Amino acid sequence: MRTNDSIIQTKQVNFFYGTFKALIDVTMDFEKNKVTALIGPSGCGKSTLLRLLNRMNDLIDGTRVEGEVIFEGTNIYDTGIDPVDIRRRIGMVFQKPNPFPKTIFDNITYGPKLNGVRSKDAQETLVQQSLEQASLWEEVKDILNRSAMTLSGGQQQRLCIARALAMRPDVLLMDEPTSALDPISTAKIEELIAELKRNYTIIIVTHNMQQAARVSDYTGFFYLGKLIEFNPTEKLFTKPDEKQTEEYITGRFG
Amino acid sequence: MRWRYFKQHAFFAIVRLAAFSIAAAIGAFLVYILVNGIGAISWEFLSEHPRESMTKGGIMPAILGTFYLTAGAIIIALPLGVASAIYLSEYAKQGPVIRIIRVGVNCLAGVPSIVFGLFGLGLFVVFLQFGSCILSGALTLGFLILPTIIGASEEALKSVPQTFREASLGLGVSKWQTILRIVLPNALPGILTGSILGIGRAAGETAPIMFTAAAFFTAKLPSSIFDEVMALPYHVYVLATAGTYIEETRPLQYGTVLVLVALVLGVDLIAIIIRSYIRKKKRW
Repeated sequence: MRTNDSIIQTKQVNFFYGTFKALIDVTMDFEKNKVTALIGPSGCGKSTLLRLLNRMNDLIDGTRVEGEVIFEGTNIYDTGIDPVDIRRRIGMVFQKPNPFPKTIFDNITYGPKLNGVRSKDAQETLVQQSLEQASLWEEVKDILNRSAMTLSGGQQQRLCIARALAMRPDVLLMDEPTSALDPISTAKIEELIAELKRNYTIIIVTHNMQQAARVSDYTGFFYLGKLIEFNPTEKLFTKPDEKQTEEYITGRFG
Repeated sequence: MRWRYFKQHAFFAIVRLAAFSIAAAIGAFLVYILVNGIGAISWEFLSEHPRESMTKGGIMPAILGTFYLTAGAIIIALPLGVASAIYLSEYAKQGPVIRIIRVGVNCLAGVPSIVFGLFGLGLFVVFLQFGSCILSGALTLGFLILPTIIGASEEALKSVPQTFREASLGLGVSKWQTILRIVLPNALPGILTGSILGIGRAAGETAPIMFTAAAFFTAKLPSSIFDEVMALPYHVYVLATAGTYIEETRPLQYGTVLVLVALVLGVDLIAIIIRSYIRKKKRW
């Protein structure tokens, strides 16, 4: 599948944990300002692929990547590319909310401060904008100096989204962002994703197929490290090309 | 049936006895020191130089010397130990080399303190020609407590959740900044607790300083780190073995021991209080 407006492409990517091959020949285009969902049973490689897109897998000893991941024309695995720069452009939200044990304000400004946002005014503007974008501003605007640890799980996760947005990334990777949350918090995050795609490209890994169907424009189905099918979400969930996809989405395995 | 209960009771009695006998021994020891030493304690004892072949006067130079040596040891061992721990647990690729370094650190912890003393004598006093002085003694004590500090720091670094590191790195913050701004601040309480226990150990040791820093008697207080000092543990040793008036100095020996024990226990107590305070405050 080729689109004109792609922001990230993977080309024949293989990924190894030691000798275990976790991804096999994955070639994908992620379109700009769209939501792409990655689904598949546990251990199928979807989270591995996600973490590969901003080089978070670099942190695990004994891993190896083959193939290319092109982000705006450059292979992010080229020698001489600093993964720190990549992660500034491609942000990440994790499965479990992981705010720092700092105040709400300091959580948001932590990254930008280290990137030269020094003036108090600029920081305050950034905090408000980021929290508004993450639809958390109204709930926390009076308690910005309270520890982030006092927020509820759903609020913490939206804070983590705001924290990622404060770096003004181009792409937001979300690794099962609602799997630790209750249904109401989950609904809020899903609404948020729909809002955010106007300004950001979002790639989301989810265990929840209804969620993929609700929030995404494109869906990729993975099984045993292979990309089985990659299609517009509506097509994949109604008229899948592959038999394995159909079996998975109808609940016959996985 | 009754035989089985009897066995159970007997077994419990034995383990209970073991635990209580330890507590009793410590208690008896502390009470004995307190009873015998308290009489010697006075403002004069804590604030004056020894007089008349140490049969009169106080132990102020020894208290001060122990303070200098311990502070020096911490100044040397804390940065070195924390840096090593950061390398071992945050940077180094886990493999055979790192395993050997870890085993080395653990072995260092088991080396008898007199060996450290002789090592300090050979390296700092003789080879590097520092002479017997505060610097040599502090370096030797620093090496002695290094394994304690490395161990405590590694433990503290490991207790910082991996998710904090991921969150920071995921924001495009470098590994070094992540360690500096997220990992270290959250590990600091644990590191400090370990270091305080190290202080207690350093303050109480005799063997490492007897060849490297401690003087039998100094007429003046030290004016630089290249001067010899008196020190509490060595002073006890001197009073108890090397004096000409062992009988006359006996109350002073007990007094000095009491001061030393109170100092070490006090430092340990501070560590325990800090640790329990932080455990209560910890929110992840």
